[in-house]
Amino acid sequence: MLALTGLVALGVFVVMIWFAVRYRRGSRADRSNPPVNNRVLELGWIFAPLAVFIAIFVWAAVVYAGFYRGDPAAMTIYVVGKQWMWSVEHANGRREIDELHLPLGQPVRLVLSSEDVIHSFFVPAFRIKQDAVPGRYTGIRFTPTKAGGYGLHCAEYCGTDHARMGGRVFVMAPAAFARWLEQGNPSPTLAAQGFEVFRRKGCSGCHAANSAVHAPELNGIFGRTVHLADGRTVRADEAYLRDSMLLPKRDVVAGYEPIMPSFQGQLDEGEIAALISYLKSTTGKGS
Amino acid sequence: MSYLTEGYTLRSWLTTHDHKRIALLYAVAITAFFFVGGAAATMMRLELATPAGDLVSADTYNKLFTIHGVIMVWFFLIPSIPSVLGNFLVPMMIGAKDMAFPRLNLASWYIYVIGGAFTLAALVAGGVDTGWTFYTPYSTMFANGHVVLVIAGVFVVGFSSILTGLNIIVTVHRLRAPGLTWFRLPLFIWANYATSLILILATPVLAMTLTLIALERLAGIGIFNPALGGDPLLFQHLFWFYSHPAVYIMVLPAMGVASEIIPCFARRPVFGYRFMAYAILGIASIGFLVWGHHMFVSGQSLYAGMVFSMLSFLVAIPSAIKVFNWTATLYKGSITFSAPMLYALGFVGLFTIGGLTGLYLASLALDVHLTDTYFVIAHFHYIMVGGSVMAYLGGIHFWWPKISGRMYPEMWGRAAALLLFFGFNLTFFPQYLLGYLGMPRRYHEYAPELQVLNLFSSAGAVVLAAGYLLPLGYLGWSLLYGKRASANPWEATGLEWQTSSPPPQHNFHETPRVERGPYGYDPVR
Repeated sequence: MLALTGLVALGVFVVMIWFAVRYRRGSRADRSNPPVNNRVLELGWIFAPLAVFIAIFVWAAVVYAGFYRGDPAAMTIYVVGKQWMWSVEHANGRREIDELHLPLGQPVRLVLSSEDVIHSFFVPAFRIKQDAVPGRYTGIRFTPTKAGGYGLHCAEYCGTDHARMGGRVFVMAPAAFARWLEQGNPSPTLAAQGFEVFRRKGCSGCHAANSAVHAPELNGIFGRTVHLADGRTVRADEAYLRDSMLLPKRDVVAGYEPIMPSFQGQLDEGEIAALISYLKSTTGKGS
Repeated sequence: MSYLTEGYTLRSWLTTHDHKRIALLYAVAITAFFFVGGAAATMMRLELATPAGDLVSADTYNKLFTIHGVIMVWFFLIPSIPSVLGNFLVPMMIGAKDMAFPRLNLASWYIYVIGGAFTLAALVAGGVDTGWTFYTPYSTMFANGHVVLVIAGVFVVGFSSILTGLNIIVTVHRLRAPGLTWFRLPLFIWANYATSLILILATPVLAMTLTLIALERLAGIGIFNPALGGDPLLFQHLFWFYSHPAVYIMVLPAMGVASEIIPCFARRPVFGYRFMAYAILGIASIGFLVWGHHMFVSGQSLYAGMVFSMLSFLVAIPSAIKVFNWTATLYKGSITFSAPMLYALGFVGLFTIGGLTGLYLASLALDVHLTDTYFVIAHFHYIMVGGSVMAYLGGIHFWWPKISGRMYPEMWGRAAALLLFFGFNLTFFPQYLLGYLGMPRRYHEYAPELQVLNLFSSAGAVVLAAGYLLPLGYLGWSLLYGKRASANPWEATGLEWQTSSPPPQHNFHETPRVERGPYGYDPVR
């Protein structure tokens, strides 16, 4: 890409300077029959760049699509941006602030959200960047391929300490990572925390199998195809589950009444992530 | 008796309906704003000379880049060529006595001044730190500054843009001299016409978006803030639907200026005239469909990203056509390197670099790394400063004899053009490298290993500042002491050169008739 654009720029400049010198006023260059237009030339410099552009487009689009699709076995990590720090939550409940530890060679999927304004998770060495947007989940997938420590920045302007919002990403050998993950981690797994939230916030009051309230059974919900009351079908991914907690009236499941209250403002990003982890962990145990 | 001697009182200027005088009113106003915005940029570059945030606080720095962006975009670049050179030249180039709506023209200047007053009031009252992009929910719920006051300023100045655009469109449609068919129009007219279309189609969307911000901020109506049920990405879609075409508002007129200067000093008709005219229309129309390329990492869908990426490559094609045609215009010419020509060639070179680096940003996977870094800063400064400001200054020099009736000092003009070209590259080329190395934009502190490149950039900014002060000095000097200009010192072919310098109040003593296309230059004669 650099070579290509460099060559084009150089080509234009060389021709321009060459013309400028050769046809300066008073030079003895041949000026007979100057052309004022040339259709073949015009079409040539329309379609030649077009062909090159399409090639670059495809190349870049294929790599970009890789940030969206990837290994279903990828390790999911929740990352929450807030003014002015990154808070990270691993599946086993281990939390870290402004640091992210990753095992070498393991495909990772970051699920990003924000507590306040838009932030952007940027690791220059990995060539990745993804905005963390309040009110929704965004994600990015990659596989760390080299051990070491790398700079982490916020790339979307977020207020006073935007320039200081950042930290380090550490890529470790898998065994060292496993040790790190267990080390000094008194907290239960994210799924266990989620189960606790599930009971404490009263979700289980309606969504339990023996409940008197007519609410969808949630065991094994994650990854299923859900039929909605308005005829649409959606896949129950993180974004769907999140929206169902905060905007329950939007995607009502077929056969149920829109009676669920919104939990907007009652659940923070950590609790939402824990609930989703809990729902994921019920896959295979469902009725 | 020229338009300059019609009246000497302040009142005669502030109540004028003469498009040429209104152009000068604009020139004075935007020059003042340019130096305010430039001062903010100078402070930023001084701060960035060292990695630590030591000269100004983080909050001050955030206010500086906000005010720099707001002023340079809305109070300098957008009105620069259309409202100054366009106002002065559009009627003259088509053989008209004035714009179609002279009073509206004056009104648009007053509206500009009122909008500017709001913005300056916000600046004096303590500033605002949202960035010129006003991203939500930061701007609506979290920012502490005078957001609504600045938004009011930008909202008001938008109407000035709309009225100027409307005026130019009607003037070009209705007031062309006999025989001046569409394909006999100079490319400067095509460019300003296309720009005016964008101005009246896109600016209302900006006005609506800013109104929605004010509603959410003042009345708490949930539109963009998810805590109130809004969608922050909606704001980005609306904002860039205006602000990407706005880039073409800034650069299309610059292309028009270059297309007048290069044929004149190469003594050759512009190469591929019709392709050049169609390319202008192509850029103006495809330019409306590429806004999503600002949002490749914002969380919009994969397929939206792909469509916007492809369209962004497409909009590069007409730009490439223009660069190739300007270069081909030089072929077999008889070229003199007067100051306007140096500015115009500088414009083509810097625009080419800016355009080619735009391809990096249109490429999805590359953009993921480069977006929101200094690479983007360098890219759009190459287009807007290297491109538009160079062309604006080239145009000011080229038409200075017509505007003022005096010649500017040629050696000073050339020296300033070269100094600006050098200073510009020294300032902004290192920023491409900084962006590639991962320095995010809007940072007032950075990693120590990036200091060398930042120092180059700051040194370049000093050169650039000197380069911008030079024309202010010698052009001012020439108003009093410059050599008197003849009607047509460049032996140019445009209609504006067929009347005296400076022109009489109604431009032409008798309406010119046009019998052939523009650019009847001959290198041999």
